[in-house]
Amino acid sequence: MNAWIEKQRHLIDFTLASLARRKAKNLGLLLVYALLVFVLASVALYTHALRQEAAQVLKQSPEIVLQRMVAGRHDLIPPGYLEKIGRIRGVQSIEGRLWGYYYDPVVKANYTFMAPAAEAVKPGTLVVGPAVARSRGLAPGNTISFRAYSGKLFSFTVVGVLPHASELVSADLVLMGEADFRAFFEYPAGQHTDIALSVANPLEVRTVAAKLASALPDSRPILREEVLRTYASVFDWREGIVLALLSAAIFAFAILAWEKASGLSAEEKREIGILKAIGWETGDVIKMKLWEGGLISLTAFLAGFVAAYLQVFRFGAPLFEPVLKGWAVLYPRFELVPAIDGLQVATLFFFTVFPYMAAVLVPIWRAAITDPDSAMRS
Amino acid sequence: MKLRSSTLAFVALGLAAAGFAATFVDAAWQRERDAIQIAERSALAARLGLTDLALFTEARYTRHPSQADLHSAFQDHPVALEHFPTGSLLPPPASLVSHHERLDRKAAPPD
Repeated sequence: MNAWIEKQRHLIDFTLASLARRKAKNLGLLLVYALLVFVLASVALYTHALRQEAAQVLKQSPEIVLQRMVAGRHDLIPPGYLEKIGRIRGVQSIEGRLWGYYYDPVVKANYTFMAPAAEAVKPGTLVVGPAVARSRGLAPGNTISFRAYSGKLFSFTVVGVLPHASELVSADLVLMGEADFRAFFEYPAGQHTDIALSVANPLEVRTVAAKLASALPDSRPILREEVLRTYASVFDWREGIVLALLSAAIFAFAILAWEKASGLSAEEKREIGILKAIGWETGDVIKMKLWEGGLISLTAFLAGFVAAYLQVFRFGAPLFEPVLKGWAVLYPRFELVPAIDGLQVATLFFFTVFPYMAAVLVPIWRAAITDPDSAMRS
Repeated sequence: MKLRSSTLAFVALGLAAAGFAATFVDAAWQRERDAIQIAERSALAARLGLTDLALFTEARYTRHPSQADLHSAFQDHPVALEHFPTGSLLPPPASLVSHHERLDRKAAPPD
């Protein structure tokens, strides 16, 4: 065993000395290789963390949201729908929701106004999201006025700011009482924006949705799993866009690596010829080159991945954040909670390390089985 | 004593591997540290019945992509400029852009 280890160490010593003879070329390759892993790993880590975050936060969202559609557009739910839905078996609870959008010309941003049923907000008061508070400089006790779409001016007292920890879902929220909401948007009495439902048996969600669609043909049920799938696909799409933009760089590297690994220079061929002439076996030459490929690709993978992790989760991903997160006037400030997908890392490892090793192996094997004399002469 | 280059290589690789392992430990530690905040976020979403992340607030179909109507890309009018980049990356289906057969060549010009 010791002899085997010692032999491998000698092979590595020789490989490193050989690499050091072409220092600039090999260091350049290592740098570009690590950079490629860094870019791919950054995109993968960032989007996976965002997907996880969305899935985690939204797993408690309503099981079914029922909208009413008129001419392909979202419309108000008229009175009577709640009673009709209440008669459908399997529905556990029904809640008519009141929410809408308000464009604030002061900061040129949209807010989401909401009258939550679960939280009692006193008339004339508001609870605002952290980004709204930041952009308008609000604190509990301040007064703020909004001009309604009807032209009337409404003044409210801010009684609370939602916690910063929840900013990812609440940045632009403005919570108000139901009476204030109806007065502000001149909502007709008894009408709602949409309906949130919960189903007693989670296995029956699809059945209940089908019953809803047949009982109320102008309605559109949106299931929680569809919400989660929407977010998964939004971030998949963004990841795909970044990867598509990077594909030129990836192909350029693939060509560079293939060229470097598969095309042996005359110097390398002569080196192999000399090694064989002085008694090295074909297996030894292949092992030496495998060590070379392994050391370069493994170092590049590890260094690239660690740098990507630090960039994304310790320095706030300054390189890819604008593309992957998106942009808005009222943007939530949040720090991504790290989430590493083992399968994703394994895939990245497989597609960056193994092709290089394979590209190294084939030409070396071909050169190593040729006659030393002809290898040296060529 | 001068260290062998293989020793140096193994030390460097060992350090890189330790850094790699440390990323997993750090991720687990940060998740543990932020567990309360994550729970708070989920609790607020559950309490208010929130369905979307407040990432893109500029339009209703970007603020609430999961609640957007099915025609939201062309919501203003049927030939409105598409807001999404999909249209610039993917061609429309062939069935939508295929023309009817041209008949003018077959018609004889009047004398």
